[in-house]
Amino acid sequence: MAKKLLEIKNLTQYFGSSKEPVKAVDGISFDIYEGETLGLVGESGCGKSTTGRSIIRLYDITDGEIIFNGKDVHSSKSANEMKQFNRQMQMIFQDPYASLNPRMKAGEIISEAFDIHGLYKNKKERLEKVESLLEAVGLNKEHANRYAHEFSGGQRQRIGIARALSLNPSFIIADEPISALDVSIQAQVVNLLKQLQKELNLTYLFIAHDLSMVKYISDRIAVMYRGKIVEIGLADDIYHSPVHPYTKSLLSAIPLPDPISESKRTRIPYVHEELDESASLYEVADMHFVYGTAASVKKWQNT
Amino acid sequence: MSQQQLEKIEKEMFEIVGGRHEETEKLAKKSVSFWKEVIIRFAHNKLAIFGLIALMAILLMAIFAPIFSQYTYSEQLGLYNKAPSAANWFGTDDLGRDVFVRVWEGARISLFIGITAAIIDLVIGVVWGSISGLAGERVDNIMMRIADVLTAVPYLLVVIVLSVVLGNGALGDGLLPMIIALSVTGWINMARIVRGEVLSIKNQEYVLAARTLGANTKHLIIKHLIPNALGAILVTMTLTIPMAIFTEAFLSYLGLGVSAPLASWGTMASEGNNAITNAPWRLIFPALMISLTIFAFNAVGDGLRDALDPKLRK
Repeated sequence: MAKKLLEIKNLTQYFGSSKEPVKAVDGISFDIYEGETLGLVGESGCGKSTTGRSIIRLYDITDGEIIFNGKDVHSSKSANEMKQFNRQMQMIFQDPYASLNPRMKAGEIISEAFDIHGLYKNKKERLEKVESLLEAVGLNKEHANRYAHEFSGGQRQRIGIARALSLNPSFIIADEPISALDVSIQAQVVNLLKQLQKELNLTYLFIAHDLSMVKYISDRIAVMYRGKIVEIGLADDIYHSPVHPYTKSLLSAIPLPDPISESKRTRIPYVHEELDESASLYEVADMHFVYGTAASVKKWQNT
Repeated sequence: MSQQQLEKIEKEMFEIVGGRHEETEKLAKKSVSFWKEVIIRFAHNKLAIFGLIALMAILLMAIFAPIFSQYTYSEQLGLYNKAPSAANWFGTDDLGRDVFVRVWEGARISLFIGITAAIIDLVIGVVWGSISGLAGERVDNIMMRIADVLTAVPYLLVVIVLSVVLGNGALGDGLLPMIIALSVTGWINMARIVRGEVLSIKNQEYVLAARTLGANTKHLIIKHLIPNALGAILVTMTLTIPMAIFTEAFLSYLGLGVSAPLASWGTMASEGNNAITNAPWRLIFPALMISLTIFAFNAVGDGLRDALDPKLRK
């Protein structure tokens, strides 16, 4: 079994007043292994993006522990230690239009990290690095001198990926990187991410709400609902033998490009049941966990 | 075509004659920077260009007309209330002074007050607004409530009281009390706009991305906040200058402005008002200059705002 790269223990992220907090993430725990892709799916507002942003320390967490490469992410760090951390973990953002500064050229966006970290001070070296990054994500060298608004959505997302790769990270959080792109471009970007993973031995946390795309890229899938992970397991297990009723409901909503099976497909509506205090993650199969009480998990398994 | 024939066709028989992706990318038009595009859009706005030319003309005249004129603004020619003529283009006033020179001398004062007040507003407003936007919720609340209290007091009342009090005090009666009075509440508008910009920009994904790259606050301010807020700041400033000029003219008209023999447009209009029946040129020319200047600044400000708005990009 591969080494654990990231361990998340009881991560909790509340927003707003302490009296009536918005429980964006409510005590979730999972691990990410080196070299794998963990897909995190769930509906809008279930806390997927918050989870990603908490892991990379864009938010100060309310409670819990995030251990990356054996070190606590949220412990107080000197500026230098923080930079070391930034070099290892990077993020690809959702909106390719909002994630690039409209006043900067693509080359400046990609080399921004070099200024921050004092890398590649030699002009020629820097240009070479920028060009190699552009080529790695399937863009041309000539694109370095263009502004963000001159690119299409897919190209912009490639620039975002190049920026995330500029510090040679080992772990990348992809926060719905394809949801703002049209379907043909989605495939290109996902394939690019897969290819980069193979070449650079990257580990991904891939956040999305599109189960079919997540299935394609992920080794394991975690399903999130109302700030909790309700089911986590190998992609095939989640896809073919889901246990939690919410997962079943999500899977039943995937359309297929086949009119015959489509005409027979019925959506399973999800009715949320409040669980009592004893609810936790139960292992139903090898590496396949479901959140619920002992009784409810047994009941779900039999239906 | 039969299957056999099809099999004979091989890949080598084809060659690409055009449409290579790399080449089309190289041929694409030269990249235009954001500010160049703004200038191009601004240049298409006829009213804004007119305003810009008018402002340049007023500025040049304010600088050079008093230097090259044969009269000075306080020189009494012995010709009282003479109508405009070849010798005195805008006529003379009741003390026999040349109105043409006095209008441009007044332009110096009006523009100086307007621009200085706007610069003071800019500095205080940008600092106040960006601290308010960047600091936490509590600091933001306190700073914005202070601004609210200041705006709650009627603007003209504050300005009039202050210029009277300061004018009689140690600062003397001149430009300084006027500028201070204009700046005391003038910066609030700028502070609000900057705060709004900072609040919206600091949560943009490109700022989050820079933070995940390890950027510190200084880097974020220089590389992301200032370049993106500059447009709004510039527009607000071009609209603050005419406001200050107008208020100065208004106060001078009420008799609170610079003292004789210096005259701003407001004092000239005020004096000219008394002679409106027998020497209307003494009112018309300064009033015209006030209107033209304010109109020109507003036209430039509007043009800039349109040029900076990416939603209007064609």
